[in-house]
Amino acid sequence: MKKGTLKQILLITDGCSNKGEDPSAVATLAAQQGITVNVIGVLEDNQSEDSMGLQEVEDIAMSGEGVSQIVYKKALSQTVQTVTKQAMTQTLQGVVNQELKQILGPNQTLEELPPEQRGEVMEVVEDLGETSDLEVLVLVDTSASMHNKLPTVQESLIDLSVSMNARIGRNRFAIYAFPGKKKAIDKVLDWSPKLDSISSIFPRLTSGGITPTGPAIKEAMYQFGKSSLKRSFMREDAPDIEEAGY
Amino acid sequence: MRQISKKQGINLRPGIKVTGKWHQKEYIIKKKLGSGAIGSVYLCEQQDGKPAALKISEKGSSVTMEVNVLKTFQKVQGNRLGPSLLDVDDWIDPQGNRYSFYIMEYLRGKQLSTFVSSHGEEWLGILMLQLLDDLEQLHQTGWVFGDLKTENLIVTYPPPRIRWIDVGGTTQIGRSIKEYTDFYDRGYWNMGSRRAEPSYDLFALAMIMIQFYYPNRFERGTDPKKTLFHKLRQTPPLKKYEPSIIKALKGQYTSSIEMKAELAALIMKQPSSFLQTKQRNHANPSMTQKKSRKYQKRKRTKHHSVLEGVGIFVVVLLFYFIYLILQ
Repeated sequence: MKKGTLKQILLITDGCSNKGEDPSAVATLAAQQGITVNVIGVLEDNQSEDSMGLQEVEDIAMSGEGVSQIVYKKALSQTVQTVTKQAMTQTLQGVVNQELKQILGPNQTLEELPPEQRGEVMEVVEDLGETSDLEVLVLVDTSASMHNKLPTVQESLIDLSVSMNARIGRNRFAIYAFPGKKKAIDKVLDWSPKLDSISSIFPRLTSGGITPTGPAIKEAMYQFGKSSLKRSFMREDAPDIEEAGY
Repeated sequence: MRQISKKQGINLRPGIKVTGKWHQKEYIIKKKLGSGAIGSVYLCEQQDGKPAALKISEKGSSVTMEVNVLKTFQKVQGNRLGPSLLDVDDWIDPQGNRYSFYIMEYLRGKQLSTFVSSHGEEWLGILMLQLLDDLEQLHQTGWVFGDLKTENLIVTYPPPRIRWIDVGGTTQIGRSIKEYTDFYDRGYWNMGSRRAEPSYDLFALAMIMIQFYYPNRFERGTDPKKTLFHKLRQTPPLKKYEPSIIKALKGQYTSSIEMKAELAALIMKQPSSFLQTKQRNHANPSMTQKKSRKYQKRKRTKHHSVLEGVGIFVVVLLFYFIYLILQ
């Protein structure tokens, strides 16, 4: 069985975009390129869950075929992993569903199978989730309001790396911050298998009010498939797993 | 395919009838037993009037994965591992939403902490020995429990028997732990990986013992490892188990059976613990600690008087011998 690489962008933000193209549109584009866009909206401890325009968080993830979650700072670590893993399962399940449709006809999805057979299919999905290679580009909003959340973000990313590196499949992580000084995004950490070496990785805060989420996602898309990734690790075609059966 | 759900979970009122789409079996909801990351558990009545537990969720794939685990347990001989699985099906509610559910044996019992505080602290060690037995069996079949925590354990009685109720975190050995809770996770305490191996469960088991004396848990602080050992040392009732707990926390046991042997030896060494926890009220642990210390002191003085008696006897005997020889 051939195994592909799952590609994800993980956007961590605390507010609305206010500059550049519509982030949902860019996320749709990314999804078409085989890159899932997940979004985590971080709330201040005293903030209520619907106080700001966090609707955008959900919209971007929907368009990017990913998972979204709005959390308080304290629960960030656990959320980062849950979201990453859920998105992997979701993507793989999508691929498996595609396969099922091809084999069993256009209306056959996992839910249409009787529970007994569903179990066997899920085992395959789980196996794939454990063994697939994974690339996560973490895109962190470093605008002024995120300032006091960054240490927690950093901690949760190290934790993510601990979790993902317990898998059998290989991992690559990269961290980018936006808005960048001159470009849409600035590189914080180049593609690497572990995140345990990031100490004080986040740069000095650049700007006040602008949050160009759309352009940032777009720029992040281009970071997949750059030469710094091992060649064997790369795949151009959109659905990353071509064969899901044995 | 997409599983982003805006529903605020599922809420079934007592009296609602859940009918399976595939097997057509009917279940009448009695009451809610609890809810977790994946769905909610209800007490329900089967068609033959017998009670059962029903776990229902809109996350079909997660339900399927749990069912897979329960099926594996079923294959283990004796099958004491987890509740037994009775039915798996889908339910379409009147609004047309699809939910997946499964029916399992209803385990009637008390929460671990409730049981131990009402029946006596000596039960903590003993129940942990039972748990180590079950874990050994589980590990032998190639699985690790993963999300081992106080809330996932129940004590059925009589006779008292520890059982686990939520198998959502159960992971094949060698893979990454599927589901965990920070406080019981060695990764969170910087004391190991999240790879599924027997020692992962043993760490969590040690944390369960610690957690009994810290019902509200505690934060890890800047130096997690130091915090943990500090809290352990600060808890006198755990003293008798300490060598074993420390080894489990450090990941020095490679199997449950190994830990069971050492923990059992530590418990046997302390027969007084059976006597000292006769008093049933443990609402205030510091009180009982004080009492038990007093008790131990009293016991020690009793020992002293016995030793004194023997000593005097020996000396007298010695003098008598000298007297005989000199004669």
